[in-house]
Amino acid sequence: MNRVYIASDYEPVLIQFFVALSFVVIVMVVTHLIISTRKRVRTLKKEENFECGIDIQGNARFPFSIKYFLIAILFVLFDVEVIFFYPWAVNFRDTDWSGFLDMMLFVLIFVFGFFYIYKKGALDWNKEQE
Amino acid sequence: MVLNYSQPLEISNLTSWLDSTLRGNLSEFWALLIEFVLVAVVLLTAYAVIALILIYAERKITAFFQARYGPNRVGKWGLLQSVADMVKILLKEIVRINRSDRFLFFAAPFFMIIASMLTFGAIAFGKGLHAIDFNIGVLYVTAVSSLGIIGVLLAGWSSNNKYSMIGAMRSGAQFVSYELSAGFALMTIVVLAGTMQFSTMIEGQRYCWNIFNGHISSIIAFVIYLISGHAETNRGPFDLPEAESELTAGYHTEYSGLQFGFYYLAEYLNMFIIASIATTVFLGGYMPIQVHGWDGFNQIMAYIPTYVWFFGKTAVLIFLSLWVRWSFPRLRIDQLLNLEWKYLLPINLVNLLLMVILVLTGFTLTGLFPGLF
Repeated sequence: MNRVYIASDYEPVLIQFFVALSFVVIVMVVTHLIISTRKRVRTLKKEENFECGIDIQGNARFPFSIKYFLIAILFVLFDVEVIFFYPWAVNFRDTDWSGFLDMMLFVLIFVFGFFYIYKKGALDWNKEQE
Repeated sequence: MVLNYSQPLEISNLTSWLDSTLRGNLSEFWALLIEFVLVAVVLLTAYAVIALILIYAERKITAFFQARYGPNRVGKWGLLQSVADMVKILLKEIVRINRSDRFLFFAAPFFMIIASMLTFGAIAFGKGLHAIDFNIGVLYVTAVSSLGIIGVLLAGWSSNNKYSMIGAMRSGAQFVSYELSAGFALMTIVVLAGTMQFSTMIEGQRYCWNIFNGHISSIIAFVIYLISGHAETNRGPFDLPEAESELTAGYHTEYSGLQFGFYYLAEYLNMFIIASIATTVFLGGYMPIQVHGWDGFNQIMAYIPTYVWFFGKTAVLIFLSLWVRWSFPRLRIDQLLNLEWKYLLPINLVNLLLMVILVLTGFTLTGLFPGLF
């Protein structure tokens, strides 16, 4: 039951990765060969960005709402905390209630952080900025 | 006691016969090599075939919900429609965009499809039909499936198109938010099952599926997992990144031909992957319905091959997902993020602790009625 896993047990992931990569590359090459038998028409209008048929206005690399960035940062924080839960989730039967109490301390910090960002207004996506 | 019934229709009979024949006639290295190649070919074929079936099924079911016919011209009942679509998409020209970032634009679909294929390998389709299986299965699936978002963000950024950019940003925010919930929901079941390995988890659900075993807590986790899985695949009421009425097609607006096909394929496969992970973790995977002590009943149930059970349960979940998709109006981005951060995340945390208490005090079904299961 409690078998020890060594690095070579994870080889299938590598193999699967190369299979997936080669599938994508082979399909791309094959379709490229099929398509390249036809004459390729290149015009300026065709290779422009699509903007519902009107002329392009400016560049798409414009300043973007900071809230999206904030979500990404919050996600990184919380996801790392979630990762810390995993080892405990598998082994908590061995540590029993004492481990549970230790974990409650961690959860307390987690909840405190969550409460802090909530009160700070990081989760109010709709509020107007003054 | 685990009973072994004869299962003549099981594919594992074929694979074990193939394995012993190859090992008997060839050296270890060549036998392994041939097996690897066979598994790879079978997985790729399954990937493509499942995608084609899903596309056809979705179009038909959607048509049913909207009281129209759906595809009915190509082949009998339109059965060959998705094959025709696939051939057409393979032959389409790939348009280069002047102002795009060439390399990233080219590389973005690769991330998407490779991420979904890596996850696809870890699914247990039936007894012995399991390519990637090791002790950290659940963690591996969550980790690898979240690589797909890199493809979406790269696509949006490199296209240099405003629709793509907005779509990618929305998709990024939505995906990373709901990733938290999905992780927590799966972890709740890891607590219950005591393992992260899919095969052990499925064996442990022989007489009592995880969704029944942890009763209240499991059902909450199941619902949350379905919601967040739905949001992760950008479907249903959560299809903001490709909201066609405001963003044309979202992050893949500028893609054409096969590159668009890759996104399309990955999207449908992600739907299947979410449904099959939910099946494996909550609904007993490929295990037939078995009741402790009813030997006759168990034998009849076990006569149906395990892959039929797996695909049956997965199909039910996929149908549920389509049903949700065509029943609810689209959410706004702030409603979407509120739902995750203000409701699902705290509920999930409490739910996880509730499950731990249930397991420690022995209030799970298997703990309460040890004789029954």
